[in-house]
Amino acid sequence: MKTRNVVLGLITIVMLAMLGACGGKDAGSKEAVGKESTIETIKDRDKFVVGVKYDTKLFGLQDPSTNKVEGFDIDIAREIAKNILGDENKVELVEVTSKTRIPMLNNGDIDAIIATMTITEERKQEVEFSEVYFEAGQSLLVKKDSDIKKVDDLKKGDTVLAVKGSTSAKNIREKSPDTTVREYENYQEAFMALKAGHGNALTTDNSILYGMAQQDSNFIVLEETFTDEPYGIAIKKGDTEFVDEVNKVLNELHESGKYDEIYEKWIGEKPKN
Amino acid sequence: MFSSFEFLPLLLKGTLITLEITFISLAISLVFGVFVALARISNIFILNKIASVYISIIRGTPLLVQLMYVYFVLPELGLKLTPFTSAVIGLALYESAYLAEIYRGGIQSIAKGQLEAAYAIGMNYNQAMKRVILPQAFKNVLPAVGNSAILLLKNSSLTSFIAVNELMHTGELLATSTFRSLEIFTLVAAIYWILHYPMTLLVKHMERKMDIDSNKRH
Repeated sequence: MKTRNVVLGLITIVMLAMLGACGGKDAGSKEAVGKESTIETIKDRDKFVVGVKYDTKLFGLQDPSTNKVEGFDIDIAREIAKNILGDENKVELVEVTSKTRIPMLNNGDIDAIIATMTITEERKQEVEFSEVYFEAGQSLLVKKDSDIKKVDDLKKGDTVLAVKGSTSAKNIREKSPDTTVREYENYQEAFMALKAGHGNALTTDNSILYGMAQQDSNFIVLEETFTDEPYGIAIKKGDTEFVDEVNKVLNELHESGKYDEIYEKWIGEKPKN
Repeated sequence: MFSSFEFLPLLLKGTLITLEITFISLAISLVFGVFVALARISNIFILNKIASVYISIIRGTPLLVQLMYVYFVLPELGLKLTPFTSAVIGLALYESAYLAEIYRGGIQSIAKGQLEAAYAIGMNYNQAMKRVILPQAFKNVLPAVGNSAILLLKNSSLTSFIAVNELMHTGELLATSTFRSLEIFTLVAAIYWILHYPMTLLVKHMERKMDIDSNKRH
């Protein structure tokens, strides 16, 4: 009896593992299925459901006192809603993290991701991307009195903090292989860990780091960026119709000067063209 | 096509850390839990109160909050710990409170006459506890302690939130970088099951052994 249970358990594990092995390289990527395109779904629902960050100052940050989420990404989402539904308030902001955003998009929980998401070749296997809507670059956030003045100053024994599921962790491992990289659930946790002294630096896109430096004047963002981080709006794989629509909105925002207005409102300067 | 088994070496590395965290914190809590249990049944008011409050706080708050507290709050009070150490301390404090209550139940299940008999042959309280009560109590609570250890193994997955590179954390990082959640989390679940299975068998064996022993006595 006991032996039978063990054998059954092991058979189950092997079968599950084989099921996993069948996934192949692109197990996660899905073509947009279902009869309706995303635009039709949005119009039927009369609401644009978008995945945004709730913990990233300047891009998507929730004010605990009002529960309102505000930032650059939020304003872009509102402009898309305004274009498709005629009302910028017909938008539902769903919290995502770097780790959860692609699964939530593929599961159909959200129509699009506007959440400081870098366009990468790996991600293009999983989702469609709009044109670049923000140009960032990866940098480091360090204590004001830190010896680290550029990324090359990182040495063996230093600890760099990052966020799970972000490109930053991967990039810093390549750029500085001797350092220890610790990954946290979200930016606020990573920043808390930095403040608590659990690392020498925090790495992500400079645009996000500037927001953190605003929160605590004991920290500064290094001038140097060591990668290009072009942000794109992610849409379900295969839904090129919605991608075209989003690109059209982005182009209109640039032409009308509205993009520059949003950029200046949050970043504090005009975009460098 | 890639086989999902390509992830195994990394996951096994994480498994090793999971086992380290589990067994170190279990070893600490097995001992510390005894002292908390003894304090809890002590007639010394201050000891009793401290133990009661400790158990109440630990059992009344989520483990994740406790781990976050050890990792994020203690540095503000001047005590900076690595993720691994924070995990061990957090899990040990958590497990100790539960084990203390298990031990207390075990101690109080021993007939009062046993203690009186120990006194009658000239033993003091400490000797009676060490030689008569605790050995019997431990025997009674072994299955419950075993079950608690299994829960501790599974609870160790929460340490991924404080950046400990254990099995769950490794799985998450692999899943987010490869987008192959199905295979990776299936393997993670399978590894947890494989780890827990021998412990389950051990608990069942102890329960059976106890049944046999108690039948012999009656």
